[in-house]
Amino acid sequence: MDQHSLLFQSMVYLAAAILFVPLAKKMGLGAVLGYLLAGVIIGPSVTGFIGKEGEDIMHFAEFGVVMMLFLIGMELEPTLLWRLRSAILGLGGLQVLISSAAIAGLAMLLGVKLNAALAIGMIMSLSSTAIVLQTLNEKGWMSTAAGQSSFAVLLFQDIAVIPMLAIFPLLAVHAVQTEAAHSASIRDNLPAWGQTLVVLGAVATIVIGGRYLVKPIMHIIARTRVRELFTATALLMVVAIAVLMNLVGLSSALGAFLGGVVLANSEYRHELESDIEPFKGLLLGLFFIAVGASIDFSLIREEPWIIFGLVLGLMAVKALALFCLGKIFKLSTDQNLLFSLALCDIGEFAFVLLSLSEQSRILDDKMTGMLTAVVAISMAMTPLLMLFYEKLVQPRFTINETTEREQDQIEEHNPVIIAGFGRFGSITGRFLRANGVNCTILDMDSDRVDALHNLGIKVYYGDASRYDLLAAAGAEKAKVLIVAMDDYEKTTEVVKMVKRYFPHLQMLVRAKDSQDSFELMDLGVLHIYRETVDTSLRLGVDALNMLGMRAYHNHRAARTFLRQDELSLKSLSAARDNKKEFVSALKDRIAEMEQLISADKIKTWLDEGEGWDSSSIRDEVKGEPE
Amino acid sequence: MARVMIIFAHPALEKSRMHAHLVPMIRNMQGITFNDLYEKYPDLDIDISREQALLTKHDIILMQHPLYWYNAPAIIRQWQDLVLEHGWAYGHSGKALQGKYISNIISTGSQEKDYRQGARHGYPLDHFLLPFRQTAVLCRMNYISPYTIYGVHRKDKSDIVEEVQKLRSMLEVLKSPDFDLSTLDTVTNLNELIKAPVQTS
Repeated sequence: MDQHSLLFQSMVYLAAAILFVPLAKKMGLGAVLGYLLAGVIIGPSVTGFIGKEGEDIMHFAEFGVVMMLFLIGMELEPTLLWRLRSAILGLGGLQVLISSAAIAGLAMLLGVKLNAALAIGMIMSLSSTAIVLQTLNEKGWMSTAAGQSSFAVLLFQDIAVIPMLAIFPLLAVHAVQTEAAHSASIRDNLPAWGQTLVVLGAVATIVIGGRYLVKPIMHIIARTRVRELFTATALLMVVAIAVLMNLVGLSSALGAFLGGVVLANSEYRHELESDIEPFKGLLLGLFFIAVGASIDFSLIREEPWIIFGLVLGLMAVKALALFCLGKIFKLSTDQNLLFSLALCDIGEFAFVLLSLSEQSRILDDKMTGMLTAVVAISMAMTPLLMLFYEKLVQPRFTINETTEREQDQIEEHNPVIIAGFGRFGSITGRFLRANGVNCTILDMDSDRVDALHNLGIKVYYGDASRYDLLAAAGAEKAKVLIVAMDDYEKTTEVVKMVKRYFPHLQMLVRAKDSQDSFELMDLGVLHIYRETVDTSLRLGVDALNMLGMRAYHNHRAARTFLRQDELSLKSLSAARDNKKEFVSALKDRIAEMEQLISADKIKTWLDEGEGWDSSSIRDEVKGEPE
Repeated sequence: MARVMIIFAHPALEKSRMHAHLVPMIRNMQGITFNDLYEKYPDLDIDISREQALLTKHDIILMQHPLYWYNAPAIIRQWQDLVLEHGWAYGHSGKALQGKYISNIISTGSQEKDYRQGARHGYPLDHFLLPFRQTAVLCRMNYISPYTIYGVHRKDKSDIVEEVQKLRSMLEVLKSPDFDLSTLDTVTNLNELIKAPVQTS
């Protein structure tokens, strides 16, 4: 591919994505279907912008799946895993086993050879994590019994992919002379015990590296304060794992998953997530486009009945298996129906496994092409099935028991996010914690993050002005964001970003002085806290106390002063715009100070109409007769 | 010797005429605990254990305050709500205050003749103090009708000096070494103590 055609190709892919993904989302079909559709349109079957080279791109884009597994690994906190253990192992395990066995059995009945039938069974037993989770989230069904069960099953499937990737080469008839993929493996020339040793060594390298190497490296990178180095490090990590795994002849997805799990509890987790996430998203998008482009429509035209029959048959078998399992695991009928319909599609991993099967010659080209079309069509059906459930099935069940069981949270979502845990934010954070409010804490000072980490306080390293980091910290579901960073420039960046992307978040913002406050007011921030005002006033109160003035008077005077000060700040802010062009910043501040001081007519406020002042009533009484 | 505590509540002593003169006099008296609530708790955040410890250490508790809206200033109510805990001050096991004497030292703007049926305030002052009286009963304490300074609005400098002397002599009686607590059962109000002959035990 020369450079021009590379640029042209990129343009075609990106344009197709930008055109069709929003369109598909608008029609309620979801992003994955948008990508698939885009692929179909630009593929050889329709417009032919891309031809056979689409397959090369698919192999390249498969790296998105590796990244996805890395991210899935990072989401797998041990506690979450533990809570869902029976659902994951029982429900998930049985689903994969039963569906695989049933489909493989049927395939053999249709005359497919044993190894191919097993491969088909395993491939088709998987469901689409991307489509199902996204659809359930969109409809707000994630926390229902069906949602939780679906999540558990999908989790198991994601894990089950890893052994499948390992098993597939074993199913290959001519395993020895498969493709070049294995030629680089250093494992081949070793005896059995040596192979085992190499594999164990690779796994140990990932675990130990993740535990003890990543932290100091990230620490050093953080100190350079060069943002893109982070992204580079995160990418390097995933790529290095993939290379290492290929070197010893294991699946890079397995390695990435393992690496993710090792890093799940690291304080750099959110940062890594937000660095990898866009690449994963784009690569997966590219992958889906490539899949769409590879759907062979001539095949569908030739054998429409077989293909659609296969889609319906496979989905029916899977739905039936799921429904029986749902019954065993005591899901109510309406929840069980949702669970069965949601998971009866065939997932994106099928594409990976199919291409692998084709490479290792387990399945022939025609079969692969046909099954690719089947998978794509079944994925397209999922949103439609959900729509069908929502409109026609759910209304029949008047007793909706979604509220009973579902206190389990899928992820750690705290109501409060604190950005900046320095001398300011740490006090606020400690206070909230002392009152039983859980906070997700983000900080940009890697030394501080480490120090707090050693104290057992969970603080995430990261730049809160980045959309993806806040999203990873749960900004979608949080109620309150406390912006307490030292750097005022960053503060305004956070405020602007939150206003734009998370308008539901209530912001409490720290400001250094009145100048900062003015700018924050201009940005529409309602809750602004000048960092020294309260302390200065408290000190003032104590000074008055020491001078022998009554403590209660001083206390109220400080309250009044603060109230008045904030009022005059607001009016000054309004007046400021007219003159700010020609008054220098310093002059501005002096003028502002003068205005503030001249506004401090505290004597008159305190004397006005206070019930405890009896002078007026005394005058009145003296006028009366005895 | 009876141990006497004055619990003082005035939200704006700096504007007061009567209490501003009474307070320095009391502060200078030996043997009387002066507990200035608004000075101690300007944010109304009352230290319950400190207050309870103080109560335990005294036999006679006098709440000194101006009469606002036929009641004590707000901090006295806050103090009651927080300090007089169930199980400590009242209830089956609440016997910490049993047998103690409690009363008020009250200043009013109006004269005594205004606190009568048909007059401006309609009732004698004692009627308005019913919540204090019953609170004492519930806490197994003895309530004595208050020491009252009526008609503060009309008092001039010399009247005020006189009132300071009168309150001083009343407090002197209470804290004198040979004062018998049971005397308090025989007086109709604390003002009487000044005239009443001191009983010796």
